[in-house]
Amino acid sequence: MRAKPSLAVWKFASCDGCQLSILDCEEELLPLAGEIDIAYFLEAGRAAVEREYDVSIVEGSVTTPHDAERIREIRARSRRLIAIGACATAGGIQALRNFADVDDFVSVVYASPQYISTLQESTPSSDHVLVDFELQGCPPNKHQVLEVINAFLNERRPAIGSHSVCVECKRRGNVCVMVAHGTPCLGPVTHAGCGALCPTYNRGCYGCFGPMEDPNADSLAAWMKTHGVEERDVVRMYRAFYANAEPFRSHAG
Amino acid sequence: MTRERNLVTEYLARVEGEGAMEVRLRDGQVEDVKLRIYEPPRFFEAFLRGRRYTEVPDITARICGICPVAYQVSSCNAMEDAAGVAVTQPIADLRRILYCGEWVESHALHVFMLHAPDFLGYGSGFEMARDHRDLVESALRLKKAGNELMRVIGGREIHPINVRVGGFYRAPTRAELAPVVEQLKEAREFAREAVAWTASLPCPDFEEEFEFVALRHPEVYAIESGRLASSSGLDIGPAEYEEHFAEDHVPHSTALHSRLRSTGSAYLCGPLARYALNREKLSPLALEAADAAGLERVCRNPFRSIVVRAVEILYAIDEALRLLEGYEPFDPAAVEVPPRAATGSGWSEAPRGALWHRYRIEEDGTIAEAKIVPPTSQNQARIEQSMYGFVQGHADLPDDELHLRCEQAVRAYDPCISCATHFLKLEIDRG
Repeated sequence: MRAKPSLAVWKFASCDGCQLSILDCEEELLPLAGEIDIAYFLEAGRAAVEREYDVSIVEGSVTTPHDAERIREIRARSRRLIAIGACATAGGIQALRNFADVDDFVSVVYASPQYISTLQESTPSSDHVLVDFELQGCPPNKHQVLEVINAFLNERRPAIGSHSVCVECKRRGNVCVMVAHGTPCLGPVTHAGCGALCPTYNRGCYGCFGPMEDPNADSLAAWMKTHGVEERDVVRMYRAFYANAEPFRSHAG
Repeated sequence: MTRERNLVTEYLARVEGEGAMEVRLRDGQVEDVKLRIYEPPRFFEAFLRGRRYTEVPDITARICGICPVAYQVSSCNAMEDAAGVAVTQPIADLRRILYCGEWVESHALHVFMLHAPDFLGYGSGFEMARDHRDLVESALRLKKAGNELMRVIGGREIHPINVRVGGFYRAPTRAELAPVVEQLKEAREFAREAVAWTASLPCPDFEEEFEFVALRHPEVYAIESGRLASSSGLDIGPAEYEEHFAEDHVPHSTALHSRLRSTGSAYLCGPLARYALNREKLSPLALEAADAAGLERVCRNPFRSIVVRAVEILYAIDEALRLLEGYEPFDPAAVEVPPRAATGSGWSEAPRGALWHRYRIEEDGTIAEAKIVPPTSQNQARIEQSMYGFVQGHADLPDDELHLRCEQAVRAYDPCISCATHFLKLEIDRG
């Protein structure tokens, strides 16, 4: 019998939501735990094994000198490394520091800035190491998380589309909130995966799955401005959960 | 001869976020206990400046993936306070139902996957499931019922998209809610049994005197609104918070410790505090289960907080079902909350305790200043204080056993370290 493949889940600067999306696979969790060796998953258990892993999942962004070192060590011990979520794939909401002076940020929040060790920028795993696959979303879709784990454990490519939220809206038969109601919506430039949640709840997409493959962010920004959205609100829309991802970054001020 | 023992638990497992603990003993006497947090700071209070007030609930949700609704609701309460606007009763009720979903999801995760394994000697919920498959499966179904409530109302379980300042983007239909009502009814049966089960777990004998702090509401067990009360008679509104509570940077501490200004002492918020201050507001079913399980009127044993969480799960399901029974969709789903130059404060009872927000807003709705005090930051000082007594009482144990027991003691408080926007890095003192 072949040994069970081992899985490790690593946390960097984050809200823990990506790890939670694994624990939120309530029906699949115990069958999954039966098929694999969950070798390192601090949020779930105390077994912390220093060894090699078949698949490592990384949540969170790199924001400290110590973490910049740690991501390299994890890469060296992992056959495959998958980054999940906005923080690990683009730097996350905390990458808003990349547009400011981090020392100013430190002094706003902390009384004794000298105790804070932090980097000027919040960066994705891929800025530091080779990443085998990036799954976007804040948070990622838990079914897609399972698909990616399943694919890598079985040595196949994950079936994750790279189209826009618009396609998901059409599939659901939603009325376009931008065309019908003039609601600003990042759907045309945002990566699919959520199932077009926001338009389904009568609001515009706010881009929490990050840029789709090859988005036309310029065109959408221009369209929004001609429809009365102020320049600074366009900047705010792009400068949010995926502010640091290149296609959004150039519009984020 | 002086004998010094230093224990360092490098990574605390089964807590949300990352932390460590240091204990220093000299000649068998506890000299120092530190709960060290190395969760990297993310600076929410800094980058909220300059954002539009309507963006805040989506942004603050990202402070914690386990209790995003708490952050959204406290933000909304603060914005509505600033605007001088009150939401309608149907909006308030739907928020409460959504919040009940979060309590069920968060508490079920802690009770069964993170905390229960400690009582039974397992390293994780997965290990526990090998011997207690039915129990863990039922627990996951319970957790799922809470998640489903959040998914239907909020759009998704983690970082819901349907919450906005003033209410919701769309009120769900009765047809959308019908399946989750059935799931909740089934989950309620298991939740009843779970109260008795948690009470039967072998529990360390360890009691503490706590100053409890929690929201209190005249009619219901406070969740999404109320005034702040304490065991020594505090009764304040959200705007008065800073007059009564101080956040200090204490030497040799990892965190900005919250203290009561009146006494200078640390306090505890969360399930034990809520139960002690609001027990009589529980539903008859939850009270009956608590009584049948032998849960005392005021529980001072932090390890027994697992029973209190189970009671709160039962209550949250019961309360959601009560409110869902008379639920009718409403349109518009939100009240207008126009911006104005003002400061607004708001709070709510996150699963781990009171969560206070304050925002100063400019005339055009731009955030000028933000302050967020999460429950784990408030409980930090009290957890450390409690650990002194705990370690002293177990100082004769060998290192590895003391190590494990300390870790379990910290876990009993369910600290959520990702939430704690105020933690500081510590210079390690090696004695």
